[in-house]
Amino acid sequence: MAIETTGSISGVELTNDRPTDPSAFLIEPPRTRTKRTGRKSRTNFEMLAWLFMRLSGVVLVFLVLGHLIIQLILDGGVTKISFAFVAGRWASPFWQGWDLLMLWLAMLHGANGMRTVINDYAERDTTRFWLKVLLVTATVFTVLLGTLVIFTFDPNIS
Amino acid sequence: MSTPTIEDAAPQGGNPHSAGLDAAESGKVELVTITVRIRRFNPEEHPDAVWVDYQLTVDPKIRVLDAINTIKWEQDGTLTYRRSCAHGVCGSDAMRINGKNRLACKTLIKDVNPEKPITIEPIKGLTVLKDLVVDMDPFFQAYRDVMPFLITTGNEPTRERIQSEGDVQRFEDTTKCILCAACTTSCPVFWNDGQYFGPAAIVNAHRFIFDSRDEGAEQRLEILNDREGVWRCRTTFNCTDACPRGIEVTKAIQEVKRALVTRRF
Repeated sequence: MAIETTGSISGVELTNDRPTDPSAFLIEPPRTRTKRTGRKSRTNFEMLAWLFMRLSGVVLVFLVLGHLIIQLILDGGVTKISFAFVAGRWASPFWQGWDLLMLWLAMLHGANGMRTVINDYAERDTTRFWLKVLLVTATVFTVLLGTLVIFTFDPNIS
Repeated sequence: MSTPTIEDAAPQGGNPHSAGLDAAESGKVELVTITVRIRRFNPEEHPDAVWVDYQLTVDPKIRVLDAINTIKWEQDGTLTYRRSCAHGVCGSDAMRINGKNRLACKTLIKDVNPEKPITIEPIKGLTVLKDLVVDMDPFFQAYRDVMPFLITTGNEPTRERIQSEGDVQRFEDTTKCILCAACTTSCPVFWNDGQYFGPAAIVNAHRFIFDSRDEGAEQRLEILNDREGVWRCRTTFNCTDACPRGIEVTKAIQEVKRALVTRRF
């Protein structure tokens, strides 16, 4: 095996011009024991959340696709949607139930998905906490407002 | 029916020999000049990691580990890395070669495009101590946490513990793990949160959970059911792609999830 002894250095020169303490560069190893480690939650929350994602996902495929096909393609398409159309639909408990189920499943499914994204990507505990507070606030607000509207919708509102 | 020979296959336009195979069979060695670009880090000299290029003229059929050895022995003795058996069994030379986690001793130069610089980095997600050496303690801590040993109750049997072929097949795949950390350090969830057990620990838990002789499955499943357990897996399949032993890592993780949901194992 022939060797060319041309070890060249690209970028920064390896020099001793910055004498430094090696401990200054030690990053906390990822699995050191922190206050949170080993504290058993003793619940099945993560498993239930995972199962919920799978089950709600399957149901949502039918609910959302059905919703889109009915609203946008059948019977004249999107132009038919008006206050009167919505009033007519929500007069039926079937459509109230459909929309309510879709609202709850989609919001919880999306919120749980966002929760996992925040868990994965937020690096600092405070960032993670406030992002989750924001997420829960937005989710609760949307779900409650939507539920309120579906149940208290008044077709004779002036 | 006779096995077709090369003479038979050639006129029908069968698999043509590659140039590499031709060279190997004729015993001819065609040397190529390669550039190996290694991410070097020495906290005693410089706070930042730097890319250093080394040029070698080598036979493309050697392994990446041979190239690194050549650099260490003949160009720069300060280059630091782990290697032991050099034959893909001990699992100590896992590194990121051209952006993919592989064992340097199982990767041939000709398979990683010798025309371009071959980049070599330490595996990601663990603290780099020097050059290609990372702190493996968190990795082995996660391994220890799943109790990777036989747990039984009652008296020791006087005869061996009999298993059927079917019983063995349930966990056969996960016995192949050599703990090289290529899977765990290719996992994006582990990169972002090192508290996640990681694929390797789950694979080794799987090896005992589905072993009919073992009685500690409930305990291990309970450990993996927690916040940092199997539910953090996003099934990105990075681990399965990275495993140098070809273990179906993601499938093993999914089997542990299924065992948790159905409580059947």
